[in-house]
Amino acid sequence: MDTNLVRQVLGQKVQFIHGDMACVYGALLAGCNFFAGYPITPATEVAEGMSELLPKLGGRYIQMEDEIASMGAIIGASWTGAKAMTSTSGPGFSLMQENIGYAVMSEAPCVIVNVQRSGPSTGQPTLPAQGDMMQARWGTHGDHEIIMLYPYSVQEALEMTITAFNLAEKYRTPVLLFIDAELGHMQEKVVIPEDDEFEVCYRQTVTVSKEEYQAFRPGNNAHPDRLVPEFAPFGSGYRTYVTGLTHNEAGLPRTNSPEIHDRMIRRLCEKILANRADMTFFKESYADDCDIALVAYGITARACEDAVAEARERGIKVGMLRLITIWPFPEDLIQQWARKVRLMVVPEMNLGQMIHPIREAVAGQCRVVPLNKIGGEVHTPGEILEGMVRAIEREREREPAAA
Amino acid sequence: MKQEIRICGFGGQGVVLAGHVLGKAAAAYDGLTAILTQSYGPEARGGAARTEVVISDRSIGYPRIVSADVLVAMSQEAFHKFREDIREHGIVIVDPDLVIDHQVERKTYRVPATRIAEELGNKITANVVMVGALTSITEVVTRDAMMQSVLETVPARFKDLNRRALEAGFRAGEEARSVEATLALTGE
Repeated sequence: MDTNLVRQVLGQKVQFIHGDMACVYGALLAGCNFFAGYPITPATEVAEGMSELLPKLGGRYIQMEDEIASMGAIIGASWTGAKAMTSTSGPGFSLMQENIGYAVMSEAPCVIVNVQRSGPSTGQPTLPAQGDMMQARWGTHGDHEIIMLYPYSVQEALEMTITAFNLAEKYRTPVLLFIDAELGHMQEKVVIPEDDEFEVCYRQTVTVSKEEYQAFRPGNNAHPDRLVPEFAPFGSGYRTYVTGLTHNEAGLPRTNSPEIHDRMIRRLCEKILANRADMTFFKESYADDCDIALVAYGITARACEDAVAEARERGIKVGMLRLITIWPFPEDLIQQWARKVRLMVVPEMNLGQMIHPIREAVAGQCRVVPLNKIGGEVHTPGEILEGMVRAIEREREREPAAA
Repeated sequence: MKQEIRICGFGGQGVVLAGHVLGKAAAAYDGLTAILTQSYGPEARGGAARTEVVISDRSIGYPRIVSADVLVAMSQEAFHKFREDIREHGIVIVDPDLVIDHQVERKTYRVPATRIAEELGNKITANVVMVGALTSITEVVTRDAMMQSVLETVPARFKDLNRRALEAGFRAGEEARSVEATLALTGE
């Protein structure tokens, strides 16, 4: 897709838009040319923006009958070579789970935007929560890895949506892009990047003849050692058979072979895990001058920034680690922080989800304290600061200074 | 400099759009940082709507407002709901025809935005009149930035109407300021 044309359709370079629209802008800049979805608060504006802008760029927008079908449609579109996206929120994300597994298994690049709202079930439709963190990881059944990015500002939502498409293409896998309901409907300045300010990636196209082609043979003639297969779209004349069943390199079901299953699933996991460095994004502050850490993500991290500024003024040596990549979980990063602080405070808008992989990575090297809030409101900076001070005091009581 | 501005009224008055042009004026044309958050009832029209804009010359972390420096109220219900939550030195701007009871112990400016908009030919522009008045009363954004923001936001065929509405709003704000100053002098 011609990015100059995209820029023309997007309009002015500097705009004041909400997070949902920033996802639309990012997708279009990344070359998204197919969207299928079903409207749901607070993600409706993603679909709305796509329905308005995508046809102007020659792309296709389909409103599906539900989220199961939406996910199916983007996988199908992806197999025709399209860069495909859907968007949803909690209840719709639940419905998408089975087909997310199908995208993993069939190595169909696609992007799923989940504007997180409060659940379970229909919950608090208009209010933010961060309750889908573990569903993102394990919502679909079976062993697998998933990539999930979690921006915290409107500008970052645009940029991370581009990155989500790039990772989906490079690793032939579904990528989850989460934003908070708060960010989805929050307006902020966005600057539309120029061509030389971002990269656009495409899946490896086929390097062999039709006779030699095997749709799920890892690597290609130029890079035989790659774990990701090369790609020939449906309709190109290359014979392709796609199934969610365990399959051999030709794509044909081989459901009784322990070896084939083991090799295939390990490869699907390894193509992501071996490339963590390429997909781990985070931001740190006061990383080299702190003995307490706030570990946060999404909108919660914005309140944390204010709390850190206030705490530093009071002489509390707190640093902050903001996770942008949630999955694959950046355990090395957490371990580095665990070695330098005595206390980690983890604010989340749920009753404790990311604290579990954090504790697992920390493995007892420092104390890890949750700071949970549910009900539909973002933690205030004051609540984060108070919670942190309380945790510090409890820590002191627990280990009285050796006098 | 950090200003927290709450604009409230009933759904359909263009309260969120008023916040949008304000935030856009600050962020896109005045080189400031701005964040808009919103909340509204489930109704398509009616019900209480509010939008909150934080404007700062630095980056903004927590997006919500803590308490308002400026409350703009365009409906009685919204005024009653939000009048408690204004900073001690904060100000209130009301449409006195819609917020008849606007007793509050804060400096109060009266801008008959809906009446002015009706006189201009379309009461739908009352929100634009109001942000014009807000601009000249608070000077939180420049008039140029606000004009650019409004003209960039509205459809081409409504540009002229909205230009006139905004200019009328600038003047109404000046008048409200001088009335307030006179009242303050006479100790009322």
